[in-house]
Amino acid sequence: MAKSRQKNVNRVYFDNAATTPTVKEVVKEMAPYFFEIAGNPSALHLDGRKAKNALSLARQKVAKIVNADPGEIIFCGSGTESDNLAILGVARFYKSKGNYLISTNIEHHAVLNSFEHLEKKEGFKISILEVEKNGIINAEKILANIKAGTILISVMYANNEIGTIQPIRQIAKLIKKWKADNNRGPLEPPFFHTDACQAAGYLDLDVKKLGVDLMTLNGSKIYGPKGVGMLYLRRGLNLEPIVFGGGQEKGLRSGTENLAGIVGFAKALGLAQKNRKKETARLLALRDYFFKRILKNISKTFINGDLINRLPNNINVSILDIEGEAVLLYLDEAGISASTGSACDSSRLEPSHVILALGRPYEYAHGSLRFTLGKQTVKEEIDYTVRALKETVEKLRQISPLNIQIRNKQTLVGKKVFIQSGRPHWERKKLSPDP
Amino acid sequence: MTQIKKKINLRSDVMNQSTGQSWVYSDIVKDHFFNPRNLLLENPRTGEYDAVGEVGSPACGDVMKMWLKIDKPSDKIKDLKWRTFGCGSAIAATSMFSLMVTEGDGLKINQAIKIKPQDIMKRLGGLPERKIHCSVLADKAFRKAINNYFRDSGQPDRIIVESGRIIDKRLNITDKDIEEAVLEGARDLAGVQKKLKAGVGDKEAIPELEQLIRFYAEKYYGKE
Repeated sequence: MAKSRQKNVNRVYFDNAATTPTVKEVVKEMAPYFFEIAGNPSALHLDGRKAKNALSLARQKVAKIVNADPGEIIFCGSGTESDNLAILGVARFYKSKGNYLISTNIEHHAVLNSFEHLEKKEGFKISILEVEKNGIINAEKILANIKAGTILISVMYANNEIGTIQPIRQIAKLIKKWKADNNRGPLEPPFFHTDACQAAGYLDLDVKKLGVDLMTLNGSKIYGPKGVGMLYLRRGLNLEPIVFGGGQEKGLRSGTENLAGIVGFAKALGLAQKNRKKETARLLALRDYFFKRILKNISKTFINGDLINRLPNNINVSILDIEGEAVLLYLDEAGISASTGSACDSSRLEPSHVILALGRPYEYAHGSLRFTLGKQTVKEEIDYTVRALKETVEKLRQISPLNIQIRNKQTLVGKKVFIQSGRPHWERKKLSPDP
Repeated sequence: MTQIKKKINLRSDVMNQSTGQSWVYSDIVKDHFFNPRNLLLENPRTGEYDAVGEVGSPACGDVMKMWLKIDKPSDKIKDLKWRTFGCGSAIAATSMFSLMVTEGDGLKINQAIKIKPQDIMKRLGGLPERKIHCSVLADKAFRKAINNYFRDSGQPDRIIVESGRIIDKRLNITDKDIEEAVLEGARDLAGVQKKLKAGVGDKEAIPELEQLIRFYAEKYYGKE
C-alpha cells in the first residue's frame, strides 16, 4: 500500500458523520464577529447593539429554515448540550405530570446517558425501545408504550452510525392521536423531541411538517463551526435550565452568546439546506456505488441498517473474521479516515450499541466499519478506498485464526463465541450490579 | 487586526496532556503491526508443531492462537508461530513476543513464561494506555500452549495453574479447562476426557466432572 500517501497527497476523509470540515464561506461570515463586532449582545452601547442585531438576524435565519418563530430558537454549546437541555429540561419541568420517558436503543449517547442519569439519580422510569433488525423503530411500538405518566419521547431523526432514517412524522402523528384520545392539549405532555444533527444536511427540517415539539441541531455536522448547538422549543413549552447565570436565551441557556459561532451556524445551516436535494442525489449514487463495490470485492460482508430509509452519505458494513481497529490502522496508513464499532476502538472497550441493536452477534460489531461521505467526496476516492480495504482485509484474514461460518446469510454456526470466561467483559460488567 | 503567523502544529501524534504519553502507536509498534513477524501463513501438517494454544473469543473481539516447536532435551522454544483476530496492539505485541521467545537459540520454557506484558511493552516502546489489555493475549495463549505441551509430553507436574478450581488433581485440570472443552464441542464425559485426558488421571474426580459438564452444556447450549 502506498505509504507516501499519508504525507504528501490529500487524505481521503470518510468520517463526515463524526464531524465535517468548516467551509470557507462560513468562516468568512464569522470573521467580523471575532475582529470587528466585539460587543456583548446584552450591552446597551452601539457595539452591543450591533452584536444583538447580528444575533437576532441569525436567529431569524435559522427559525425560517426550520419553519419556526425566532422566539422558539435557543442557541447553546453543542448538539450534546441541546439534547441534554431538551431531555433533562422537559423531564424536570414536567415532573409533576408524570415520570415516564421513552427513547430507542440506537440513540446517541447524549440522549441515552441523559436518560440513564434521570433513571439512576432522579427516579424517572425509562423505556428504551428496541429497533427492528433494519435499524428503524416501529412507530406503533412507541404508541403502545405511552402511558398516562409519559412526559417525553425522544427519537433521533437519522442515526449517526448506520444512517437509518426514523419515521418521525408517523411517530408525531401517533403521539398527537394518543393525546387527542386522552384529552391532552398541545401544551400538555407527552412531548416529542428529535435529535436531527445527522439529518440536517440531507432531510427536511420543517418542524411543523415533522410534528415535533423539540428539535436538536448543531454546527459540526453541516460544515459549520464546532461548539454551537441549537434547540427548537415549541412556543408554550417550558424547560428547567441546566446552565445558570446571566439569563441569556430567555434564561434557558445563560452565558455570553458565542456570536461568531452562531452566525457561522446560521450560515452553514442555510447552505446545507439550500444544497441538500442536489447533494442528496449526488451522494446517493456514490453511496450505492460504494456498497456495490464492497460487496462485490470482499466476501462475508454484510450491510448494517436499512438500505432505503438511510442517509445518502452513510456506508456501514460488517466484515467477518477481522477486527475493525486493525482495519482502521491499515486504512489510516493508506491515507483513509474511517471509523469502526469495534470494542477495541472505543474508550470504554465496548462494541457499538447500534450494531448490537440490529440483533446480530458481537462479531458483527467488532468487524463493523463506517464510511461517511461528504461534499468533498469523489468517485475516485471510493475506488481507491475499496482497493485499500480489499488488500487490508485479505492481509488480516490471513492473520486471523477465525473462519466464521455463516448459515442463511445471517446466523453464525457454532457456539465458539463464549470461550474462556463465559461472557464478554462488557456484558459481565453490565449484568453484575443490576439485579 | 493581527495576523496569525504561527503555523498550527500538524504532527500526527497526540500526547496525553497530563502524562505526556503518546496516544497513538510508536514506530516499533507500527513496524510490527504492518510487518508482523512469525505469522503462521499456511495451515500446519498434523504433528508439525509440538503444542497449540488458543485463547479469547470472537465475541469479545480477540482470539489468539499459537503453535510451538520445543526441543525436549534442552527445553528450549525453537519456533513460535501465531495467528490472531485482534486489534493493532494484539498484533504488534504478539509479533514482538514471538521475537523475544525465539531470539538467539530460543528461550528455555522457564525463561519464556517469565516474560510479562510489561516486558513486551518496553520492547515496543510503550502502548497507549487504553490498549494495554490487548497485549496480554500473547502471554495467555503462550501459557496455554505450554500447558498443553506439558500435559501431552508427560510432565503434568509442570503445568502452571493460574486461576480456577482444580478438579483433577493428578493432571491439574481446572473447572475453566472443562468449560472450554464443553465450548469446543465436548458434551459428555467421554468427549471431555478425549480433549483433556481428564478422569484418566484422577478417578475420584469423575462425579464432579460429570456435574460440571452438564452445567456448562446447559449454560451454553440449553437443555437437550
